[in-house]
Amino acid sequence: MISFSQVTKRYPGGYEALKSVALEIQPGEMVFITGHSGAGKSTLLKLMAAIERPTSGTVLVNGQNVGTLRASAMPFVRRNFGLMFQDHKLLYDRNVYQNVMLPLNIIGYDAADAAKRVRAALDKVGLLGKEKAMPVTLSGGEQQRLAIARAIVHRPAILLADEPTANLDSAYAVELGELLRSFNQVGVTVVIATHDEQLEARLQPRCIVLAQGRVSA
Amino acid sequence: MRNWLRQHRLCLAATFTRLARTPLASALNIGVIGVALALPLAFYIVLVNLQSFAQDKAPAPQVSLFLKLDAQTADTREIENRLKKHTAIAKYRFIARDQALADLKAKSGLADVIGSLGGNPLPDGFVVDAKENSVVALERLRDEFKAWPKIEHVQLDSAWVRRLDATLQLGRLIVLVLGALLAFALVAVTFNTIRLQIVTQRAEIEVAKLIGATNPFIRRPFVYYGAIMGLAGGITGWLIVWGGLRLLNERLAGLAQLYGANLTLHHLSMSDTASLCLFAAALGWLGAWLSVSRNLAEFDPE
Repeated sequence: MISFSQVTKRYPGGYEALKSVALEIQPGEMVFITGHSGAGKSTLLKLMAAIERPTSGTVLVNGQNVGTLRASAMPFVRRNFGLMFQDHKLLYDRNVYQNVMLPLNIIGYDAADAAKRVRAALDKVGLLGKEKAMPVTLSGGEQQRLAIARAIVHRPAILLADEPTANLDSAYAVELGELLRSFNQVGVTVVIATHDEQLEARLQPRCIVLAQGRVSA
Repeated sequence: MRNWLRQHRLCLAATFTRLARTPLASALNIGVIGVALALPLAFYIVLVNLQSFAQDKAPAPQVSLFLKLDAQTADTREIENRLKKHTAIAKYRFIARDQALADLKAKSGLADVIGSLGGNPLPDGFVVDAKENSVVALERLRDEFKAWPKIEHVQLDSAWVRRLDATLQLGRLIVLVLGALLAFALVAVTFNTIRLQIVTQRAEIEVAKLIGATNPFIRRPFVYYGAIMGLAGGITGWLIVWGGLRLLNERLAGLAQLYGANLTLHHLSMSDTASLCLFAAALGWLGAWLSVSRNLAEFDPE
């Protein structure tokens, strides 16, 4: 599903975030990318989601080479993914319902179908009663769940999460872990960049450890 | 297809909402565009009115043919035949030399002087009205007549036609330059307005791009906004000129009455109004498009 070979990412200024990384992620897997901060976890996720291109090497997503893809084709690769960002990136001038609707508007869903999917996604994360609420009025955990709802509303094949438990207390973190596990159980490939060892202990995923831009285990 | 239409409809609705959310700023922007368009528009309208006024009131230029003094009746008839067959001639009038002399005697009060002349010094003549009154067409006719047999002289009264033409051409140039400058201003105004909007909607654009929005999807609401602003500006410009003309026509009527003339300035025709609105909308669209293209580049990760 996702395959990296000899992938190097060098940022302008010469900083090498990833050095000849090779890895393979199968459909339906749950994979953790772990390592210290600055090890290249976020860069790895960005390369997977076709948000950045590799400096050298090949990144294949569903058989498509992200490095050589035309810029106009990149958005369509990104639609394979549900993305959860470290800072959520919610839109604070829109209510909960409209936030979750955004990916469906972008893809261009039929109105009735879209409304059903938004409700289903909100139900899944337990926010169905808060459709009209603005994101600022939600607690940290609720904001996180809203971000999940937005990530999964278009039923992506792959869910990418960057430090999903970073700002959560442990009770919320447990809840979130269960939610991620439930997606994985229905066939979604889940890739999580984290250094949360408790989460790792609970979910028992395959781990890819990064150290200074290289895969070390 | 239905979804695509729906997306455009939603986008249009969102654009109007956005315009309504900042009523003062929107009104000021539209006002600036309106004033910028009203200026060349007013010039253009004065020009068009001047042109039609000149065509209505001024006598049509005529070409006068004078035959040689030794021309016989047969020669005169030959010229008349040629004039009759000529396709570029609207009408002609023959003035016999005797009649010309009689007219001169009657009108000029020089009867004594003329009487003292031995014979009739005046030639036979034709006065010709052409179908087309452009300088080029008239001069072509003149040159053609000159080559005809037994023609002594061809006179074209084209000086005032040339003067009017030159004046109108100058006017047209001024309208064009003014129009081009203010069209640029319109593009610049929309460019900046859209740039500000992009800055305030950074978060939304960034997220939309990250979750798979194409550039046209992101560009669409801004481009709609620009086009609608241009269109509203065009309508505002039209209204400004309309108001100005009403005021002016009131004064003009009083003034014209003193001179015993009837003078009113007419506003743009329907088709000109439509092109003005389309042109303004297109400029707004262009300004927005440039702005989004320029400012979206920074969101691209590559």
